[in-house]
Amino acid sequence: MHTAISQRATYWLMRVITYFIVFIIASIIFVILWNGLPAVSWEFLTTMPRRSGAEGGILPAIVGTLSLVLGTIIIALPLGMATAIYLSEYATQGRFTHTIRLAIVTLAGVPSIVFGLFGLGLFVIFMKFGASIISGCLTLACMILPTIIVSSEEALRVVPRSLREGSLALGATKWQTIYKNVLPYSVSGMLTGSILGIGRVAGETAPILLTVAAFYLPKLPRSIFDQVMALPYHLYILATQHPEPDKVRSMQYATALVLVLLVVGVNIVAILLRIRMRKKHRW
Amino acid sequence: MKNTWKEKAVKLMLLSAASTSILIVIGIFVFLGKEGGTFVIKPGLKELLGSRWMPVSFQKESFGILPLVTGSVLVTVLATLLTIPFGISASVYISELARPTEREILKPFIEILAGIPSVVIGFLGLILLVPLIKAGFRLSTGLTALAGAILLALMAIPTVISISEDAIRSVPVSYKQASLALGASKMQTVWKVTVPAALPGIIAAIMLGMGRVIGETMAVMMVTGNAAILTASPFESVRTMTATIAAEMGEVAFGSNHYRALFCVGIVLLLATFGINIVAQKVLQKHRVR
Repeated sequence: MHTAISQRATYWLMRVITYFIVFIIASIIFVILWNGLPAVSWEFLTTMPRRSGAEGGILPAIVGTLSLVLGTIIIALPLGMATAIYLSEYATQGRFTHTIRLAIVTLAGVPSIVFGLFGLGLFVIFMKFGASIISGCLTLACMILPTIIVSSEEALRVVPRSLREGSLALGATKWQTIYKNVLPYSVSGMLTGSILGIGRVAGETAPILLTVAAFYLPKLPRSIFDQVMALPYHLYILATQHPEPDKVRSMQYATALVLVLLVVGVNIVAILLRIRMRKKHRW
Repeated sequence: MKNTWKEKAVKLMLLSAASTSILIVIGIFVFLGKEGGTFVIKPGLKELLGSRWMPVSFQKESFGILPLVTGSVLVTVLATLLTIPFGISASVYISELARPTEREILKPFIEILAGIPSVVIGFLGLILLVPLIKAGFRLSTGLTALAGAILLALMAIPTVISISEDAIRSVPVSYKQASLALGASKMQTVWKVTVPAALPGIIAAIMLGMGRVIGETMAVMMVTGNAAILTASPFESVRTMTATIAAEMGEVAFGSNHYRALFCVGIVLLLATFGINIVAQKVLQKHRVR
């Protein structure tokens, strides 16, 4: 009898702890929506900031973040997918493959601020790109590469071997097999997995702090060698560097909401895509 | 036959793409070393090991990274202590005790947390959690190591849950069946058979979470108060290594002692996370092989 009671107690304790986490997440979402929604307007999204961001909109920060995300995708996606194809289709068990895998695991664990330092040393100073979109994108691409590789490899792994063997048996070459019989079934999985990782890029602040982000720059970038504002950095500035942070509270919440919507929106699209794809290809 | 060179070209291209990861890792070590390494020669390693971080001063600048290291360690340890009970309870509940539909809802919901940018967590922490800590513990300021640790625990929990859940689910069903057949209850089986069997995976999950925590920058910078003092109290302001780099790099002169000292902080940070991750991966691999 005694054990039955203590078991129920443990069960409920674990349940309460789990739902406590759920409650915190729900409150975070609620607080941002509740305080942010009233302050988000068409004007806020489409005009330049005024008076150091205390008034006006956040257009340059939105444009900045979107261009960083886009640039990072253009650089990291082909590179990551190619690496995944090599690792899953070509690589043999050996020293070189092992080194690549070790490098990927290492990269995945490097703190984002260290990527910032690396980007500062290599792209901003050594390659003389200065603080610019291109420096930021290259830095973010290095950071996100492991995520893209791992999720692309997973997508390749679910394609059954029989598809490859059938094609090879008919006399197709290795690349023909991959191109015609493996990629068509895995490319959507590779993309959705990668998009999930790329959502993170939009919210990253530390790497762009040192390589691209401008404190206050109320104009749109003209080329990839320009500095830009970015949503996460703008929020950081408004929350901590503004002389009167309490007076711009609604701007802070609105910026946070736009940022979260951007990240979560990207993720939700990817998750929906994944669910649809799973239903389509079932082996 | 004309296909052979094409085949080779494709393979070579994919191979060089795969090599970039290695190049980036080498590049990180090379460029951090290049920018920071000369500090060890002049003003010297001894300067770095000091216990005073005062990079801007009229009399004498000091670049002792000890308070920054202890700041990072304090916040990380506190965050880990908070993460362990929450992470383990939730992952065990989700993988073993929750009903299937409940699990399908809980898992993606907790994953949302991983998607919320750290600067947003830091912002909410700053306006909601910090005043709460100030009032709750009657402190002069709520910007403390504890505030940072709570936010970091929150950010590590999704990582810990998802990896330890994998570990718990990979425990062979036969173990549980054997335990249940011997008359053990469901809860006894969970805590005495399943969790011990999955323990290496759970430990690895916590370590990977720690790796994330020690490298986290923005949330920590916003709520810990950033005072570079040597302390072990959760109710004091601390300055972590990550926050120091992020806050000061914008204002230093290129190539100055301060600039190079910040790169040295980066090297220490890199080596620390590198070590933690390697050990965690080893634990995970060992577990998988078995």
